[in-house]
Amino acid sequence: MLRLERRAEASQTMSYASPLIAILLMLIGGLLLFTLLGKNPVEGFKVFFINPISDLYGWSELFLKATPLMLCAIGLAVGFRANVWNIGAEGQLIVGAVAASAVALYFYESEGGAHVLILMVIAGCIGGMLWAAIPAFLKTRFNTNEILVSLMLVYVAQLLVSWLVHGPMMDPDGFNFPQSRLFEDSALLPILIEGTRLNIAFTFAVGALLVGYVFMFRSFAGFQMQVAGYAKDAARYAGFSAKRMIWIGLMSGGAMAGLAGMSEVAGPMGQITDHVSNNYGFAAIIVAFVARLNPVGIFFASLLMALLYLGGEQAQQYLNLPSSISNVFQGMLLMFLLGSDVFINYRIRWKEATA
Amino acid sequence: MTSATDDELAFRLELEGITKIYPSVIANEDVSLKVREGEIHAVLGENGAGKSTLMKMIYGVAKPDAGQMKWQGEVVHVENPAHARSLGIGMVFQHFSLFETLNVVENVALALPGNPDLKELAEQITEVSNRYGLPVDPQRLVHALSVGERQRVEIIRCLLQNPKLLIMDEPTSVLTPQAVRKLFDTLRQLAAEGCSILYISHKLDEIQELCHVATVLRDGKVTGDCIPSQETPKSMASLMIGKELPVPEHNAPVELGEVRLQLNGLSKKSDDPFGSNLQDIELEVRSGEILGIAGVSGNGQQELLYALSGEKPVAEADAVVICGKPSGRDLPDRRRRNGMGFVPEERLGRGAVPRMSLTENALLTAHNAGMLKHGMIQFDKIAQFARKCIEAYNVKCGGEEHAANSLSGGNLQKFIMGREILLAPKLLVVAQPTWGVDVGAAAFIRQALIDLRNEGTAILVISEELEELFEISDRIAVIANGRLSPAKKLADTNIDEIGVWMSGMWEQPAPAEVQAHA
Repeated sequence: MLRLERRAEASQTMSYASPLIAILLMLIGGLLLFTLLGKNPVEGFKVFFINPISDLYGWSELFLKATPLMLCAIGLAVGFRANVWNIGAEGQLIVGAVAASAVALYFYESEGGAHVLILMVIAGCIGGMLWAAIPAFLKTRFNTNEILVSLMLVYVAQLLVSWLVHGPMMDPDGFNFPQSRLFEDSALLPILIEGTRLNIAFTFAVGALLVGYVFMFRSFAGFQMQVAGYAKDAARYAGFSAKRMIWIGLMSGGAMAGLAGMSEVAGPMGQITDHVSNNYGFAAIIVAFVARLNPVGIFFASLLMALLYLGGEQAQQYLNLPSSISNVFQGMLLMFLLGSDVFINYRIRWKEATA
Repeated sequence: MTSATDDELAFRLELEGITKIYPSVIANEDVSLKVREGEIHAVLGENGAGKSTLMKMIYGVAKPDAGQMKWQGEVVHVENPAHARSLGIGMVFQHFSLFETLNVVENVALALPGNPDLKELAEQITEVSNRYGLPVDPQRLVHALSVGERQRVEIIRCLLQNPKLLIMDEPTSVLTPQAVRKLFDTLRQLAAEGCSILYISHKLDEIQELCHVATVLRDGKVTGDCIPSQETPKSMASLMIGKELPVPEHNAPVELGEVRLQLNGLSKKSDDPFGSNLQDIELEVRSGEILGIAGVSGNGQQELLYALSGEKPVAEADAVVICGKPSGRDLPDRRRRNGMGFVPEERLGRGAVPRMSLTENALLTAHNAGMLKHGMIQFDKIAQFARKCIEAYNVKCGGEEHAANSLSGGNLQKFIMGREILLAPKLLVVAQPTWGVDVGAAAFIRQALIDLRNEGTAILVISEELEELFEISDRIAVIANGRLSPAKKLADTNIDEIGVWMSGMWEQPAPAEVQAHA
C-alpha cells in the first residue's frame, strides 16, 4: 500500500526538482494528447516545441512573447512572496495598454520625439498601478480579499477597453473595426534586431528581473515582504507594516503589468484593439510559480511559457488543432506543478498493509 | 504517603523494549516500564526526553517500531485511541481537546461511543464529579470555564469510562497551587480505588508529593527507576538532566531608577470572542527591577502582551508610556526605537521565522542597529551580530546560516533572548521566558534576566510558572480576568497569597495573607 508520509523537513532538492518534473510530465501528457487526437506524437512534438525555434526569427519571436510574461511575473512575484495574491495582472496589463495608447493617440500627427515613448512608458506603469490600487485600497481599508477584487477587475478592464475601441479610441478611418489608429513611428518601441519584431521592451524586462533580484535578496523591504510571506505573526512582531507590504506588492504587480501592456501596443501590435492581451497576465501567474518566485527562474519559465504560445500557433497551422491547445498545455503545467509540489513536504512510502 | 507497590499487586501495564524512531530523531529507545494496580507512577524527564511519545504509544496514537506492550499480563497491539479506551486506558492531554462552543455534556457525549442520552449523561457527570471532588456544572459552555475546570471535564470524560489506567500529561502546568492540591486529592482517591495512574511531569516537588514510583527518561532512554519519597529533588534532577541542578545567583536588590514603563488605565477589548478584555490596568516598572506578572493562562496575558509590544496598538497613546514617551498607538518598530525589547511566548512563527536562517532572524529586530545601508541589508554585519548572539548565549546550533526551525526550543529561546538583550533595551518585556525549555537552559535564561536587571534595565516578566516568578522577581502582581492586581514586594507576599489572587480575589484580604502577616 502506498502512503504519503510527512517529511521531517521540507525538501530543498524537491522544491527545485518539482518544476522540472512538472515540465516533463507536461511533455508526456502532451504527447499522449496528440496520440489520442490521432496525430503522430513525434510529429506533434516537433511542430510544437522544435519548429518555433528552428531559426533566428523564431528565437526573436520567443523573446518577444516572453517579454510581457517576464514583466508581469516579476511584478507579481514581489507580491506573492509576501502572500499578496494579485490575480489581476491581466486587467492591469489592459489598463496600462489603454493609458499608453491614450498618450500615443494624443500625440498623433504632432512632431513626435522621444518624449512620446517616455510618456507612454510612464502612462503604462501608472495605468496598471491605478488598476492595482483598487484592490490595495479596498484590502487595506476594508480588508476585502485581493484575489477576488483583482480578478473581477480583469473583466471590468476588458469591457473598458472594448468600449474604448468601439468608441472614443476607434480609428475614424478604420471602417468601424474595433481598433485604434496605427501608432506613428515615434510611438513605437525601437527594434533590437533588424528584420525581427523583438524590441527594446525585452531589455526592460531583463532590467526588471535584475532590479527584482536586488529587491528580493538584498533590500530590507524585500526581506520584510519575505518575512510576511513565511510568518505573518513574525512580521507583526517585528513591526513591519502589513499595509505597506500590500501596497508594495500590488503596486509592483500593477506597474510591471502596465508596462507589459504598453510594450504590446507600442511593440508588435502598434495599435490598441480589444484583444490587447493574450492572457499574459494569467499565464504570468503560472510562470511565477514554476519559477519559485525567483527572478532567474522567471527568465527561463517565461521562455518556456512563450514556447507554449508559439507552439500552439504552429499546432493550429500544421496539425489542425484548436487554438486552445496552448491553454491545455499551460493548464497541464500548473496542475503537474501543484501535484509534484506535494512531494516537497511529503514523501511516498511503501507500507505493507497491516492485518 | 501509603505505598501501593506491594509485591502481591499484579502489573497492569508492562512495556518491554519499546523503541520509536522518527525520521530525524529517536524518540524512545528500549524503554521498559511496569505499572502496578493502584499505583501512581511518575514518568519524569525534561522536554524532549520522549515522555509524550511513550504515552502516545500506550494510548494508540502512535505505534512503536519495536518492543511489546502487555496489558494485564497479555500482549496487546493498541490500534488507536478507541481501542485503548476499550481496554480501559484513558488519557488527559496537556492541550485540551474540547469544543469551546459546546457545553460540558455535549463535549463528554462526543467522546463516548454510540449516541448517549444527554439527560442521563448529565446526571452521571454530576455523580462522578461529586464522588471525586471535581465540581463542574454539566450545562455550562466550555468557553466560560476556567482552565482548571476544563481539565476537570477532561478527567471526568475519562472517568466515565471506568479506566483502569489514567494517563495525565503535565496536568499542573495550567493550574493555581490550590487547584493542584485538589487535583492531587482526586488522583489519590482514584489510586486508592485501584486505578493506576501514569503521571508525566518535569516538576520534581510534585512527583515527590504524589507519586509512588518514578521512571526517569533522558534522551529517549530510561536512566533510572526510583521511589520519589526516598530521593531528594537534587538526586532526581541529576537522573533527569545528567548533572546537578544549577542554582541562580541570589537576587540582591538594586537601586531603583527612572520609570521605564507605565500603564495608565489600559483597557482593551479582546479580538478573541473567548479572550479576556483588559480592564483599567495600572502598572509601573522602574529601571533596575524585575516585575513579575503571575496568572492562570487565558486571563488576559495575551491581550496585555499585544498591547505592550504594539502588535495590537491601543487607541489612547497615554495608556502605554515607554521610557517617558506616550506609545499606545505605536507599532512595535517605533517602540523598539524608544528602547523596548520584547520576547514573545511563541518562538517559532512569531519571535523567529522558522524557515529563515539565524542571521536573517537576527535582522528581524536588530535592523535598527546599523544593519542597513541605503535600504540594503549588510549581510556581513548581521551575520557577525548573529554569531555574537550564538556565542554569548551559548546557543547550540550548526551555525548562523542554519534555519531557526533546526534548533531545539530551548536554544531558539536563548537565541531570541540574546538577540533582544544584545540590542541593549532600556525596557525588556518577556513572556514565558522558560516555557518548554530544559532545566539547564531555563537556569541560564533566568540568570541572564537577573544580570540585565543588575545593569539597570527595567524588566517585565509574564509567566505561568509561579516558582520562576518567585525566583527572579523583585515585585509580583497577578492578572485575572483581564484585571491586574496591585504589585507586591516579594518579601511581603508568598505563594499562597498569590495563588488566591490568581483566582481574582485580591480586594478582600485572603486568609493566607493574614497568616503571612501573623
